[in-house]
Amino acid sequence: MATVSMTVNGQAVSGEVEGRTLLVQFLRENLNLTGTHVGCDTSQCGACVVHVNGDSMKSCTMLALQADGAEVTTIEGLAQGGEMHPMQQAFQDNHGLQCGFCTPGMVMSAIDLVAKNPNPDEATIREQLEGNICRCTGYHNIVKAVQQAAKATGG
Amino acid sequence: MVENGIGASLKRKEDNRFLTGKGNYTDDINRPGQTYAYIVRSPHAHATINSVDISAAKSAPGVVAVFVGQDLLDDAVGGLVCGASVTGKGGEVNKVPPRNVLTMDKARFVGDPIAVVIAETLAQAKDGAELVAIDYTELPSTVSTANSDADGAPQLHEECPNNVALDWELGDKAAVDAAFASAAKTAEVELVNNRMVTNAMEPRAAVGEYNSGTDDLTLYVTSQNPHVHRLVMSAFMNIAPEHKFRVVAPDVGGGFGSKIFTYNEEAICAWAAKRINRPVKWTSDRSEGFMSDAHGRDHVTKAEMAMDADGKFTGMRVTSKGNMGAYLQLFSVSIPTLFHGFLLAGQYTTPAIYLEMRCVMTNTAPVDAARGAGRPEATYLLERLVDVAAGEMGLDPAEIRRRNFIKADQMPYQTPVVQCYDSGDYHASLDMALKNADYDGFGARQAEAKGRGKLRGIGLSSYIEACGVAPSAAVGSLGVGVGLWESAQVRFNPTGGVTVFTGTHSHGQGHETAFAQLVTERLGVPVENVEVVHGDTDKGQFGMGTYGSRSLPVGGVAIANACDKIIAKGKKIAAHCLEAAEDDIEFGEGNFTVAGTDKVMNIAEVAFTAYVPHNYPEGVEPGLDEIAFFDPLNFSFPAGAHVCEVEVDPDTGTLEIVKYTAVDDFGTLVNPMIVAGQVHGGLAHGIGQALLENCVYDEDTGQLVSGSFQDYCMPRADNLPSFDVDYCPTVPIHNPLGVKGCGEAGAIAAPPAVINAIVNALGIKHLDMPATPEVVWRAAQAAS
Repeated sequence: MATVSMTVNGQAVSGEVEGRTLLVQFLRENLNLTGTHVGCDTSQCGACVVHVNGDSMKSCTMLALQADGAEVTTIEGLAQGGEMHPMQQAFQDNHGLQCGFCTPGMVMSAIDLVAKNPNPDEATIREQLEGNICRCTGYHNIVKAVQQAAKATGG
Repeated sequence: MVENGIGASLKRKEDNRFLTGKGNYTDDINRPGQTYAYIVRSPHAHATINSVDISAAKSAPGVVAVFVGQDLLDDAVGGLVCGASVTGKGGEVNKVPPRNVLTMDKARFVGDPIAVVIAETLAQAKDGAELVAIDYTELPSTVSTANSDADGAPQLHEECPNNVALDWELGDKAAVDAAFASAAKTAEVELVNNRMVTNAMEPRAAVGEYNSGTDDLTLYVTSQNPHVHRLVMSAFMNIAPEHKFRVVAPDVGGGFGSKIFTYNEEAICAWAAKRINRPVKWTSDRSEGFMSDAHGRDHVTKAEMAMDADGKFTGMRVTSKGNMGAYLQLFSVSIPTLFHGFLLAGQYTTPAIYLEMRCVMTNTAPVDAARGAGRPEATYLLERLVDVAAGEMGLDPAEIRRRNFIKADQMPYQTPVVQCYDSGDYHASLDMALKNADYDGFGARQAEAKGRGKLRGIGLSSYIEACGVAPSAAVGSLGVGVGLWESAQVRFNPTGGVTVFTGTHSHGQGHETAFAQLVTERLGVPVENVEVVHGDTDKGQFGMGTYGSRSLPVGGVAIANACDKIIAKGKKIAAHCLEAAEDDIEFGEGNFTVAGTDKVMNIAEVAFTAYVPHNYPEGVEPGLDEIAFFDPLNFSFPAGAHVCEVEVDPDTGTLEIVKYTAVDDFGTLVNPMIVAGQVHGGLAHGIGQALLENCVYDEDTGQLVSGSFQDYCMPRADNLPSFDVDYCPTVPIHNPLGVKGCGEAGAIAAPPAVINAIVNALGIKHLDMPATPEVVWRAAQAAS
């Protein structure tokens, strides 16, 4: 076991982990931040996407120890003062979620997408979300949500 | 007009928790003292199990217990059940080979569970599982849908000679033979309906917890139907009596059929929690899910159509085999028979239809209901056959459909394959779809694409489905082991809020919103004052759950009926308080009014009076809390016309869906925003089957080749277009709410629309799904 420390959603946290403990396990099991989900075991589905030092990252693909000292943001850290992040709001406004399981990872990826490409066209959005699988929505309304959020955040 | 009632695209009540990470899925649940289960599975497709040595595993660090099949038998735990008894040829009911929770004699597919290791941590359970020593004698395996019934094929079960679980037929063979004998033209197509892995994004999971003080057992589980889970585990598996057994299906991350069934791992968690007197948790890896979730589809089929000189269908003959996998899951043989055969008339007046369906056992995971369940298979073969028939006749695909459609004024229409359609206007929906898709302009677009070296094709799919499952007596007479009614309880709280308990389950469908809208419409209560509760056998009354697009057509009617009971009782209370005759009380928009006066009492006041009955009518019980059970009179029959337009690059085999147009008849829409979302998702499922998804077992070894998201291609955002969705509703005479169900339509309609478009682009007769770039490229090369 080793000690890992990082900042998660603005809070300094630390915990004891095995060398093999994944970041997503640390978030879910040590910190009880269960909004980040595990949908596969091959880093394909993107349900576990969080932000590490400002970049979207599949937290199943990173050891907890690799995130030592990092700034991590999860879906729980987006809403501020009871107000949803514009991307969260856009997902609700456009019915961009159904069962909600892929949603946290999808929202985290989408925020990073818009941050790096403030004015994405539909093809760009679809291509950039290739690493996030949704079985419910057919992506139609997710694309609309990302377009709305991009506009709302000044894209 | 009630605000936020039927027809409002109200934003969903459930979204806030899902968007802020506050959802509560089964794997999010952890109980004090919890242990972790890991399942030891067969790596072989078919093998005799000579011995299972668990001694080393038992003494591994952190291991609490290791169990094998005999341990469950010692506690009198029954095997997994098949709920279908379908009568086949010669009056013979389908065979049901037994299935222990942990198999003991043989392993029959890759992933067949043999032992469970329970430890303090998941890592320790996995490490312990490495030490379970199983001595196998490998046996030849058979995975082929087409050939597993052949002489000399490896045999799975003594109960199923030649691996046949059921030989089933439907329809008038002599009439069909006569139609073919006198046909002016015939058409024929042989096709494969590719096997799919359902792949809800949330893997299956279960947490069992036992309270030795009260002898109460609780199972948190990824279920579409928690009461049915409890019923099966109680009545057939002897895990705990229903009244001492709580099953909770909390937030569930998609189902699509795969979470209907009671699985081995879930039974293990429930049983073992009591056996070791500690909570036991199991969460599926995705790879485990690929191996052990029930799969869908997997038919091989020959379909033939007889026509007169005008292209009128005079008879249809279908010969098919359906792969059941290694064991019969809950619905199993009822899917390729009842849910498939009964849809073979489609939207057409074909007077004589004959189907032979053989259900075969193979060394693969069990196959059962998956989004659409039998109806996609029926629609695919029929709509492909119709296009082949159009080619034989030299008719436009739209024209041959029009010549054969059941007309709106022929409703209700008795088909030759049991179903009696109650409504639909197939001409109207096709006309609307063709207009929305600019079908007339296709030739110009095709010519323009040709100039760029691209092949453009357009394909139609005129589909029908039977939803709102289902009238209990009808399905009972056909061999389904349960009633398929639904229940609702509508409870006014003393301060005017309404709690609605539904027996259905929402795992993405938005029931908490749409059902609240129903109550708002009916009772005039603000929608924010209505809370819909589901998914906990300790909270709500018995219900049958969600599948077969039944929640609104069946469960919604139960809610409406419970509301009507509330109104009926409310009238008695209001009449007393307003000093009027009960017959003079009118109800609307939340108010009880004395007809022709301004004397009025709001329903919230009536509710308060019912709980504080100081001034109260004689003979009326206090309280305002009503329950209703609704058994439908008929299936519902959503239908529509979809048009897919593709552009194929013949040099690479890649293709783009340039436009997808859906026109659906779902009757009344309660929340159009949610309905459109259901259509989009269904289309992605259907397009995924048509272009990308294929579950493959190796023919020689029986190994699952497509066992992860790296090998099994799920549709991604960049594989799909945005969709053009529209509606052409008709009124179903058998549904009191005028609703039909919408969750499966896209998955049913899309596969033939897509393949018809590709076939049209390439100018060929047929190509099998999934139409991957390789498949399309080969077909394009062969055609050129």
